[in-house]
Amino acid sequence: MLLAEYKSKELLTQYGLTVPPGKRARSADEAEAVCAALNAKKYVVKAQISAGGRGLAGGIKFAATPSSVNDEAAKLLGTTLVTEQTGPSGETVNVVYVEAAEDLAAQHFIALTLDPETGAPLLLASAQGGVEFEQRARMDADAVQSAALTGPDTDAQIAEVLSRIGIDDPTASSMIAAGLQAFTENDMTLLEINPFAKTRDGRWLVIDAKVALDPAAAFRRPEFEGILAEQQLSATEAEAQKSNINFVALEGNLGVIVNGAGLGLATNDMIVDADGRPANFMDIRTTATSFDIARGVELLLQDKSVKALLLNVHGGGMTVCDTVAEGVAFAYSRSDRTVPCIARLAGVNADWGNQILKDRKVPVENFTDMSAAVARAVELAGGA
Amino acid sequence: MSILVNNDTKVIVQGMTGRAGTFYTDQGMRYGAEYVGGVRPGRGGTTHLGLPVFHDVKTAKAETGADASLVIVPAPSAADAMIEAIEAELEVVVCVTERVPQHDMARVKRALQGSKTVLIGPNSQGILTPGQCKIGVMPTKDAKPGGVGIASRSASLTSEILAQCSAAGLGQSTTVGIGGDALHGIGFVECLEMFKHDPDTSSVVLIGEIGGREEELAAAYLAANDYPKPVVTLVVGRHAPEGRRMGHAGTLSAAGGLSAEEKIAQLKDAGARIANTPQDVVAEVLAATGGI
Repeated sequence: MLLAEYKSKELLTQYGLTVPPGKRARSADEAEAVCAALNAKKYVVKAQISAGGRGLAGGIKFAATPSSVNDEAAKLLGTTLVTEQTGPSGETVNVVYVEAAEDLAAQHFIALTLDPETGAPLLLASAQGGVEFEQRARMDADAVQSAALTGPDTDAQIAEVLSRIGIDDPTASSMIAAGLQAFTENDMTLLEINPFAKTRDGRWLVIDAKVALDPAAAFRRPEFEGILAEQQLSATEAEAQKSNINFVALEGNLGVIVNGAGLGLATNDMIVDADGRPANFMDIRTTATSFDIARGVELLLQDKSVKALLLNVHGGGMTVCDTVAEGVAFAYSRSDRTVPCIARLAGVNADWGNQILKDRKVPVENFTDMSAAVARAVELAGGA
Repeated sequence: MSILVNNDTKVIVQGMTGRAGTFYTDQGMRYGAEYVGGVRPGRGGTTHLGLPVFHDVKTAKAETGADASLVIVPAPSAADAMIEAIEAELEVVVCVTERVPQHDMARVKRALQGSKTVLIGPNSQGILTPGQCKIGVMPTKDAKPGGVGIASRSASLTSEILAQCSAAGLGQSTTVGIGGDALHGIGFVECLEMFKHDPDTSSVVLIGEIGGREEELAAAYLAANDYPKPVVTLVVGRHAPEGRRMGHAGTLSAAGGLSAEEKIAQLKDAGARIANTPQDVVAEVLAATGGI
């Protein structure tokens, strides 16, 4: 669950981290009006989407005057940005953030996440930050310094890591220490400050920040609910979420109905290996009822590009085959499309599930062998 | 033999009186595992499913001689339940609860440091030694005693592969669900180490997926050790859209967590056998062991 940049900055500012002066705007005129309050020599207009990679995708524009801020905001607002992290459908820009463009002397990369080994916050730091940090880090693992902040003196540990990337400045380390406090007090799973920059006149600033919050902590963080509502899930994905189904829309023609994330990933791997194109990734959560499952199947039946359905279910301790078959049969009974259905049911109540599909006149072909089922489903969907 | 749990394991259930707790305690007892009591603060002194209920884990352990616990409580109290079991020095703690907050698991990881408790999970289907002991929520109808040790990050794939193994005449020594969360208890390396010393285990299956560093750590372990038993690995998510769900691929690549292809390459270089699909797993185990 990622926060938009302006929300990340609002949160960090509460902990004493400093950011360039800026304000969000929902229209081009509002963006121009923001400039008057900023009193800057140059401005930057930034698209507020939650996915990363927006700099390289044209979502950040510099402007010399308030009227060119107006122009740039007008161009960005309402457009859909496709970055390497959004997926092909992209994210719509509803808000821009206008801030003073700062004259930067140095740009670093800083991130905090939890160390899976020790459970301590893990600080990552690199001397060279900026938009192309990710590619650079991939090529040169040594460019990134890291340490698990196991305490008790985390301030000293932070200063030590920063010193390894050439930052020996108490102002900078106390700002990262404040970031650590924000990280632990808000159930963040990631705090990425990139760039963490020093201006030519010697100030430390958070130029861009990415905050990921842990949706599992929503029960104790009432403020997460509003943030969740603003996540740009597709209508289909949002509908599926409500029905206890994890659903990621893809671009293909073969609808996939699977229980369990692992089996779902394995099924999609097999489809692509067989030159097929999955229309989605699905994981029926263990708490889903047959009615929930019916909603998930309906979403696929409504999608006209879906030419066949593959049902790959291993009935287990929680989700049993007849529950899934009931859901599938119900969805078919409410749809006017007769999309062919390939069913490979195994595990608890597999025979019962197959019987339900047959009795309820689902256009089904039953398989026991997973590869054979995948091959047939890809064929019926019309291949690639 | 087996790893971690067997005929002698005595199990208590934290959260036994809840709906899920009742169901899976009953299933575990029907399977023949020795369940000896439950924990529910405020209900100590009562009985449930014919078993005594205690206020806390320490008392339950003292009164029943339990050495293992199943934690099946709602996510908001899961971390405290795990920490209570760790502090009571139970040998094996299995947590099946989903969606435990990461910062809560950070506390649990700190409680584990220096402790002798083996934590399995959270978000795990549990641990099963066929014919002896079941602690968890997995189906058992296809399980058979035998020589394949399974450690897995996926409940659904474990059920699938276990059923295919049994159908091919390959029984299982123990199956361990290490859980699907970023912060969890034991990992592949600890499982490999235990399976190595278990005389009943003749081959090991690791079921991995994208995200996290479990596969990388297993590859490093296998490369550094002359592992005496065949290891078959399946890593799923080769064709999952990259960076899509998490959106922070940069930090992930910096903090570790490679693509499925890279994980597979490392495991292959370390001498593991690679299965591309769940069905390939059985074929690889058969090829490696001759069907033992």
